[in-house]
Amino acid sequence: MNAVPAHPPWLPTTRHVAIAGIVLGLLAFWLTIPPVSARSPWWPVLVGLCAIAAGIWTVTRGVGRPGWGAIAAGLVGIALGLLATRTGLGHLDQVVVWSALLSSTLVWATPLTYAAIGGMFSERSGVVNIGLEGMMLSGAFFGALGADKFHSWEMGLLCAAIAGGGFALVHAVMAIHLRADQIVSGTAINFLALGVTGYFFIQIYGENGTPGNIPRIPDVTVSSLGTVFGHLNLMIWLSFVLLIAAHITLFKTPIGLRIRSVGEHPRAADTVGISVYGTRYAAVVLSGMLAALGGAYLSIGYLGSFSENMTAGRGFIALAAVIFGNWRPFGAFAAALLFGGSTALSFRLAQPWGNASVLFQALPYVLTLIAVAGVIGRSVPPAAAGRPYVKQ
Amino acid sequence: MSEPESPAPLDADPEAPAQTVAGRLAFYQRAGGVVTPLMTAVVAFLMGGIVVLSTGHNPLRTYKAIFEGSGLNWFFHVGNHSIHVPFTHTHVWFLWDTNTNHTAPYNLSQTLLTTTPLILTGLAVAFAFRCGLFNIGGQGQYLMGAIVGVYIGSRFTGLAHLPHVLFAITAAALAGALWGAIAGFLKATVGAHEVITTIMLNWIAYWGGSYLFGRGGPLQNHVNQAVPISDDIVDNAKLPALWGNPHLQALHVGIFIATGTLIVFYLVLNRTTLGYEVRAVGFNPEAARYGGISVARNFIIAMAISGLFAGLAGGLDILGWQFRLGVLDVQVSNIGFIGIAVALLGRNTAVGVGFAALLFGALLTGTSTRSLDPNVFPPQLAGNLALMIQALVLLFVGADLVILYIWQARRKLRLPGAARAAKGSA
Repeated sequence: MNAVPAHPPWLPTTRHVAIAGIVLGLLAFWLTIPPVSARSPWWPVLVGLCAIAAGIWTVTRGVGRPGWGAIAAGLVGIALGLLATRTGLGHLDQVVVWSALLSSTLVWATPLTYAAIGGMFSERSGVVNIGLEGMMLSGAFFGALGADKFHSWEMGLLCAAIAGGGFALVHAVMAIHLRADQIVSGTAINFLALGVTGYFFIQIYGENGTPGNIPRIPDVTVSSLGTVFGHLNLMIWLSFVLLIAAHITLFKTPIGLRIRSVGEHPRAADTVGISVYGTRYAAVVLSGMLAALGGAYLSIGYLGSFSENMTAGRGFIALAAVIFGNWRPFGAFAAALLFGGSTALSFRLAQPWGNASVLFQALPYVLTLIAVAGVIGRSVPPAAAGRPYVKQ
Repeated sequence: MSEPESPAPLDADPEAPAQTVAGRLAFYQRAGGVVTPLMTAVVAFLMGGIVVLSTGHNPLRTYKAIFEGSGLNWFFHVGNHSIHVPFTHTHVWFLWDTNTNHTAPYNLSQTLLTTTPLILTGLAVAFAFRCGLFNIGGQGQYLMGAIVGVYIGSRFTGLAHLPHVLFAITAAALAGALWGAIAGFLKATVGAHEVITTIMLNWIAYWGGSYLFGRGGPLQNHVNQAVPISDDIVDNAKLPALWGNPHLQALHVGIFIATGTLIVFYLVLNRTTLGYEVRAVGFNPEAARYGGISVARNFIIAMAISGLFAGLAGGLDILGWQFRLGVLDVQVSNIGFIGIAVALLGRNTAVGVGFAALLFGALLTGTSTRSLDPNVFPPQLAGNLALMIQALVLLFVGADLVILYIWQARRKLRLPGAARAAKGSA
């Protein structure tokens, strides 16, 4: 990556973004009261989401207090805005709608979380992983295939992890030992996974698609947690565990220190006896396995079937979440929640808004584009990301 | 290859003409320049063949069917035919059958039709590459060109034919250029990595297109509100057909525009100050900056020109044969992505891109549902086989080191003296 140019004085700083976020949070509420009095509940939600985005952005870039303020302002703005628009509508309906939206957000965020945390490990070790999309797709297909052929969802997950790890291993060999361009190799992985899964899907299942009785990953029923959290899929709970484990591994253990040092300054890491190649191989293969688990959640966790190219760009949203979350587990998770929420909204809004709700699907990409533009608090990738290392 | 089968050790006779180490190395490099992409393609097809074989199909018959589906067998069917001179009523004698009601000529016209945008999206990647940028956003730039092409083509109904076509093509190319220039601008001003920004721009174009042509979208069909497809472009905006029935995807004049662009690409890159600066930045930005070249300006220009090529591809496809754009077209199109494989296989040179585009055009057409004989190999599988072959080409092209390693191993094997001498002089 390039040298970081000095921050020009005319550009806003991270602190300004946080303040803008707080203002947006207030705006979300203000829209619903006179004189504007927007009656559609979606306006405060949209504006509030932007406030939350600004908050996540600033928190992951080290400006803590105003950032949390923006997130809180966004949430309060949404809540108050909804209270204000709720007049005349049945209260019970709203609760059902909003708990459905919340669980739908978790559903769409979970595959992103797995892939984003995987991608974060890979990038932290210095290997850019554009192939997340392909690894997810391979996990979705081989997860369904394994669950179907072995009649157990555990075997499905195992097959998915092996397949994703296999694709990641190809990427790792190309990027690490053969010093190929990591972007080219990642793009190739995406094509390869698309071709391989499509080919074997048609070869094995033909026109009929995957059978309807594929073993599914079970839901965890905890009746004390209410309607939203009481019936979440096992993979969603596991993603919370993964998130904490990833954070501890990366920042509190020697392994994490090794991964980060290999990604920031491989020469120095090599000098003190850390195996640069070994660490990178492990990180890339792990990223492939995690991305594949995210894909498997889509096929055998949520939908219960596989269709060609079913990930449809989610790997790239995960990549965006890594960047938006500033290469940190909780940042990536927050971004995954935000992006998952925008997907959930786009489906839910299809009724009142019609076709325009599709634009919510573009929100993750627009936000990330603004984020990497670095106009507002720069995203700083690991220093050695994308550069092959030559042993001396 | 005129080299002797068992050459004498080089250090035995240093006076021998054209047998210097440098000369031999240069030969290998030159040979490697053409041989490497060829080997890459051959290995990719071989591995695809292994997949076909392992799933119980006959790879030789499959590849033969794909070859025939691509229409390239047309060249071997010589006979006594006549050809219609375009834009006149005269017929002259011709060696080949050009009647597109027959299978082979029709398939060939389809291959050339697919080659047209592939040349341009390949150039879109190649031009940025020569400036040291990886333009992965050919797809988004292509879509922007197509969207603007269909907008202008279906509006402005009062315009005459030539102005309308020129207006639509120029606007499409400029839309692509703008989409590319955004990434170039962000790279030049704040150092945002162009790979990330172009990926994001691709998906923004994807969902933007899905919005515009979706049901109730601003550019959706005015007559039939039920289909998520744009209005048809008017007859005055259509490119003249060259070969075949205009209602059955005839080959249009865009193929000449694309080949012309290849020449423009070569000339701009190798014969102008702009091209010199772009290449200088591509070789070494720091050295170029030291030499007084504005790196930032060249980043923006290179990305804009790249986007121009891709946008042109989108415009030509709309005005040449698609005539309309639907949500499904936006979502399944991958011409821009295949451009990456085209550029890399073609080594980012004009000639290379031309041939690589023809290869992938033939592969896409040969594996399409319409051209491939379903009795030999199911076309649904073939489409995925084509994807795999593209991926393998990309993988191997990306790993130059493998090929170089093989070449070195071969050289060591066959020329122990040369390898030793080369090692000594290095």
